[in-house]
Amino acid sequence: MAKEPAPKVQTIDPAAIEMLKIAEAKGYSTAFSRAAKMAACPIGESGACCSICDMGPCRLVPTKSNPDPVGVCGATRATVAARNMARHIAAGTAAHSDHGRDLIFTLQAVAEGAAQGYELRDLSKLNVVAGYFGVKTDGKKPEQIAGEIAALAIGDMARQKGTLIYTKRAPKKRQEIWQQLGIAPRGVDREVVDTLHRTHMGDDQDADHLMLGSLRTSLADGWGGSMMATDISDILFGTPSPLVTKVNLGVLKNDEVNIVIHGHEPTLSEMIVRVVSEPELIDYAKSKGAKGIALCGVCCTANETLMRQGIPSAGNDLNQELAIITGAVEAMVVDVQCIMQAITDLSSKFHTKIITTSPKVKITGATHIEFDEHHALDIARQIVRTAIDNYPNRKQTEIPTHLSDLVPGFSHEYIRYMMGGVLRGSFRPLNDAIMQGRLRGIAGVVGCNNPRVTHDQAHNDIVKEFLKNDILVAQTGCGALANAKYGLLLGEAAMEYAGPGLREVCEAIGIPPVLHLGSCVDNTRILTVLSEMASEGGLGDDISDIPGVGIAPEWMSEKALAIGAYFAASGVYVLFGVNSPVENSDDVTKIMSEGWEKIVGGKMEFVPDPAEIVRRSLAHIDAKRAALKLPAYDPGKFGKSGDWRMRELLKQPLQERVNALYGMPVAAE
Amino acid sequence: MSRYIATSAIRGAMNIAREADALLQKALQDKGADAKVGFPNTAYFLPTILGLTGRKVETVGDLVPVMEQIKTYLHPVPAQARWTPYLGETLDGGVATLLAEEVLMGLGFLYGDQPEKMPGFHLAQAAASFTSPEFQKDGDGAGNLNGPIDDIQLRSWGIQLVDGRMPGFAAVVGCAKSNEVAVKIIRELQRRNILIFLAGNVNGRSIIHQLQEEGIEMGYDTYIVPFGTDTRSAIYALGFATRSALTFGGMKGGQAREILLYNKYRVFAFVLALGEVDDLKYATAAGAISYGFPAIADTVIPEIHPTGVTQYEHVISMPFNEIPGKDDLERAEKLVQRCIEVRGVKIKMTEVPIPVPYGSAFEGEVVRKADLRFESGGKHSRAFEYLYSLPMEKIEDGKVTVLGPDLDQVEEGGHMDIGIVAEVAGRKMQEDFEPVLERQIHHFVNGASGIQHVGQRDITWIRISKAAYDKGFRLGDLGKILHARYHADFGAIVDKIQVTIYTNQADVNTMLQVAREAYNKRNVRLANMVDEQVDEFYSCTLCQSFAPNHVCVVSPERVGLCGAYSWLDCKASFQINPTGPNQPIPKGQQIDPVKGYWKGPVDFVYQNSHQQVENVSMYSIMENPMTACGCFECIVMVIPEANGVMVLSREDTSMSPAGMTFSTLAGMAGGGLQTPGIMGVGKYYLTSKKFLFSDGGFKRIVWMSSVLKQTMPEELKKAAELAGDPDLLAKVADETICTEVPDLVAFLESKGHPALTMDPLM
Repeated sequence: MAKEPAPKVQTIDPAAIEMLKIAEAKGYSTAFSRAAKMAACPIGESGACCSICDMGPCRLVPTKSNPDPVGVCGATRATVAARNMARHIAAGTAAHSDHGRDLIFTLQAVAEGAAQGYELRDLSKLNVVAGYFGVKTDGKKPEQIAGEIAALAIGDMARQKGTLIYTKRAPKKRQEIWQQLGIAPRGVDREVVDTLHRTHMGDDQDADHLMLGSLRTSLADGWGGSMMATDISDILFGTPSPLVTKVNLGVLKNDEVNIVIHGHEPTLSEMIVRVVSEPELIDYAKSKGAKGIALCGVCCTANETLMRQGIPSAGNDLNQELAIITGAVEAMVVDVQCIMQAITDLSSKFHTKIITTSPKVKITGATHIEFDEHHALDIARQIVRTAIDNYPNRKQTEIPTHLSDLVPGFSHEYIRYMMGGVLRGSFRPLNDAIMQGRLRGIAGVVGCNNPRVTHDQAHNDIVKEFLKNDILVAQTGCGALANAKYGLLLGEAAMEYAGPGLREVCEAIGIPPVLHLGSCVDNTRILTVLSEMASEGGLGDDISDIPGVGIAPEWMSEKALAIGAYFAASGVYVLFGVNSPVENSDDVTKIMSEGWEKIVGGKMEFVPDPAEIVRRSLAHIDAKRAALKLPAYDPGKFGKSGDWRMRELLKQPLQERVNALYGMPVAAE
Repeated sequence: MSRYIATSAIRGAMNIAREADALLQKALQDKGADAKVGFPNTAYFLPTILGLTGRKVETVGDLVPVMEQIKTYLHPVPAQARWTPYLGETLDGGVATLLAEEVLMGLGFLYGDQPEKMPGFHLAQAAASFTSPEFQKDGDGAGNLNGPIDDIQLRSWGIQLVDGRMPGFAAVVGCAKSNEVAVKIIRELQRRNILIFLAGNVNGRSIIHQLQEEGIEMGYDTYIVPFGTDTRSAIYALGFATRSALTFGGMKGGQAREILLYNKYRVFAFVLALGEVDDLKYATAAGAISYGFPAIADTVIPEIHPTGVTQYEHVISMPFNEIPGKDDLERAEKLVQRCIEVRGVKIKMTEVPIPVPYGSAFEGEVVRKADLRFESGGKHSRAFEYLYSLPMEKIEDGKVTVLGPDLDQVEEGGHMDIGIVAEVAGRKMQEDFEPVLERQIHHFVNGASGIQHVGQRDITWIRISKAAYDKGFRLGDLGKILHARYHADFGAIVDKIQVTIYTNQADVNTMLQVAREAYNKRNVRLANMVDEQVDEFYSCTLCQSFAPNHVCVVSPERVGLCGAYSWLDCKASFQINPTGPNQPIPKGQQIDPVKGYWKGPVDFVYQNSHQQVENVSMYSIMENPMTACGCFECIVMVIPEANGVMVLSREDTSMSPAGMTFSTLAGMAGGGLQTPGIMGVGKYYLTSKKFLFSDGGFKRIVWMSSVLKQTMPEELKKAAELAGDPDLLAKVADETICTEVPDLVAFLESKGHPALTMDPLM
């Protein structure tokens, strides 16, 4: 089956369409054009390539004459596919967890009073997290508590024996499954090293065993590094709650200094957020002819500041190059992960400065201003000044006007609060809604962008289909931005897209039908929500009982695979779009699907067709409903409540309204 | 919520909070921070504030931090477009509203505005009622609405709320479409024994006005409590709900979440909004929703069907004129029906085929002299009732015979002697159950509207109103009531019942002799029934629906603390419902006969108190005393200086030598907590040989509420004789003699009370 290297329709994002037209006209190369020009390597794409040792690289492509090829060492297709997958998962785990590590060190520096500009912003979360770690809080100063948490968190990163402390936050039954299978994760670093070791030439060469090990490594991400990253970010920068902000390239300003933050960690970006409102810097920008400083982001650093302070987002990962093409970006400040090397070359065609900041990440051609949490504010100011200094170099700009409002900010703490207030907050209403069938189920639709499929399309098609079917959607990362661009992350979207039951739930609480829970490390918030739902009662006693699915329709990064694996290991059915990186091995495909389902209750499947993803999701959700003996989904029973009747009445003439009060006079307007 | 409701409710919350703040500032100026603030006859200060914030408000100054907390619950109203979520914020606003309303009411008492004045208004109240709020002492409450329900009434309703006789309460707010509808709604609620709280108005007119115009009696005794004609007085309903968690649930002030969940799962209440719903009504309803109480309106308002904060739908709109029905009365009936569905109230309704309305709500009704058509018993005539068992074949089930003249032959306001004789049969019937069943007659007959029943055996006193007579009520209907109710309530032991009403003087005399012989036989049997003679005691965990860790152990010589369940009652109840709250507890190995320890009860209580009560003695107040729920008739408490105990009746609102009133002490005695030196008991336990058996017995009583001395003089006298000191009662003080310990000791010394020379209690 001959496959086009890239889709005919590159994107559905109108701002992106505008920018791509310019790119084409001016001959700028973008991920979109490169993907179209260069087909994916068919051997690597399917997991048939083994480049682990120098006896190869071996290509294990079956042919008629050799239907079951092996490598020089004899490694089978299953071993090679599993080993590649294991390494991807380990890399994803390493990336997320190293992000977590940086936050732990920042927390430790704050505890020691050595982190300029940082503070313990959410003390109640500090106490909750102390509870998870078993840190006593009585009579202790917050700094002391933070120090003890940091020490234990560093300990868990490096733990050699025993189990990660955070795994205790999973439902009891889930923990027992992990213990029985021997996949309860030890230290985060140990699991990553373990995978890298066992996938070295001549080690673990049993696909089942390799994949079981991968589950353990992924758990060290989900219930370890990532979860700690989320919690500590909340302690340092505040636990998000809903607010209104904007997304897409239209957030760039024609007459202000535009700084785009890109990458993943909130440590630096939060400091930049702080300093851009300093009068000295604003005056400095004005001295250069700008009206002010406009901060926005792309990718997940943007999600961190979007969730907490409502800093607008210029879009998701594939928007990074397009932002530069507007010619309006003075500086793109990057830290770690998902930063395309192409931006430095592209920026050379404009005045845009690419500023790398992480000690781990330099990009040839970029300006490097290294970040250090001990002098964060000073460095942030230096970066902003560099951007301002660049403003006079700006030439012609082409900023698209497209932008959309969105309401992000759904931390799991807020989700609990929103269903009962300070005194009655709980997950009961959510469980009730699923039990009654008012909600058919829930879905996490997350993940990246990938120019091999139409940008944002699968995200939107799948989510809209889910909404129509009364499935409440939780999102993170670039996926959330993909839907936000089209207005799905607004209360109004419930009225337009949601089925009758979901509409009622959204109207009752005032939520969008699609909830934005944060950056990609914040997928752990979804884990917490699922655990709370399992313990609230009525939906079984484990995550695997809940009628729900996880989808990554446009994935591309290794982190996505790690996330997929830890959700599967936690009991969730996970569906990935685009293509299968283990396609070359039916055995591994089966292990990750039926095999995992048998042992952990969750599974991971690669399904390129969005319509098929929806079909399988609905079938799975309905099967889980049936297993719980819940009533079959029947949307006809719901949708009667809401404001509609009142709105109709208020449109009526006075006499009608008087009649509705059975003849009593209506109070004066 | 819906955005419309959220907008209204948050606006309402802001306004009422502002108003409360303004009045508080004024009170701080006018009256000063030290001026006392509080509701009458409660140990729970301002109860909603206590429950939800843990703050014990005693002065105006104490309200200042409450007001600060209220402000933290106020959020902006949702935007018209691009809104952020509002449900949590609205429920917070509801909580703010309730707290602000209670601030206003507390200050209302300070300014003399509460309870609300209503010239010419009288609260319904039988002479026997012990629940009169203090302010009613003068002039029978003339001119006042009820205001907050006091602790005494709450406790006396406790057992009915827990045993399901009273399935829940309805807070009816506003004004009905017409007086006729108002009355019908109330009657429908009464018929289901639902406690009714009234508050609020629409354009100045309240359902309280409507009922008053229709001559409906309102007050504790008719289960219709008029709080006030403004919406904010609905806070008294939530204060009642809060206190039920504190009183029966063993919760402490400040355990807000637990208190609210207790109400969601155990207190079946709802709000019925009649007429237009304004901002404050939405805000107050939002507060009620946090308690799990849904709101139903009879006008067009937005509906909220998703559940979770409440058990079923949160808000229901049932526009009155759109309810299908042939007339407004039928519509009112359906409205009430829907309310009950929405709250999920389980109601067991027994159809009693008589011409007057029937339900427990009518039990408290009084037939006044002016309304009297007929009476038997009392000063001018005699009535008695007698129930006994016969073999199955001797009884024709449902047969009711009136032997002699019926009411038609008695002149208006007249009287004659009657005898009510019920003959029952059943495969599981036992002779011991006869008195248990017989005692139900009082409560069964009282359920008929317009019929009043007092007493039992040969001191029965029945009154029948003119209204009941006019509707066709005749003596045979007494038999029909008994037939229907015994089948419904005691079907497990009663298979057949026939009733004969004797009105011929000669027959009455003959049957009275037969009955008296039986009464005597039963008395002797009861007197001989002692703890040593039986192999099993009975548990009573009926109140665990309210007090989850409390277990009553009922023995022949220790009646349940509510006074409602004797050992025989429990035995019968076990027959009726073998998996119910009354289970036999084999005594097992005797550990200590004096303090009353047996292995059986100790193990049973440990298990069934959910490991909260590790040990229990049957006969001691000092060592592992039995716990109490909250429904006890009396509190027994050690007065160390007097080397004895005082007995405080729940009907006594005055100060006691312990320095506390009943309400305050009850908090220490109830909730399933074991506190040596204090115990909640049934009043007849005082006269048992096993009363404080290991601590010195009846002679330890040094002080006793006078109401006990007045209402059970014979029984107390007998107990004194048994204790070997026939004049003991004269040596026991009461509140008319002294309420201070030094005065008490002086009194005891002057009388030579034996407790002073007994072994030290402590």
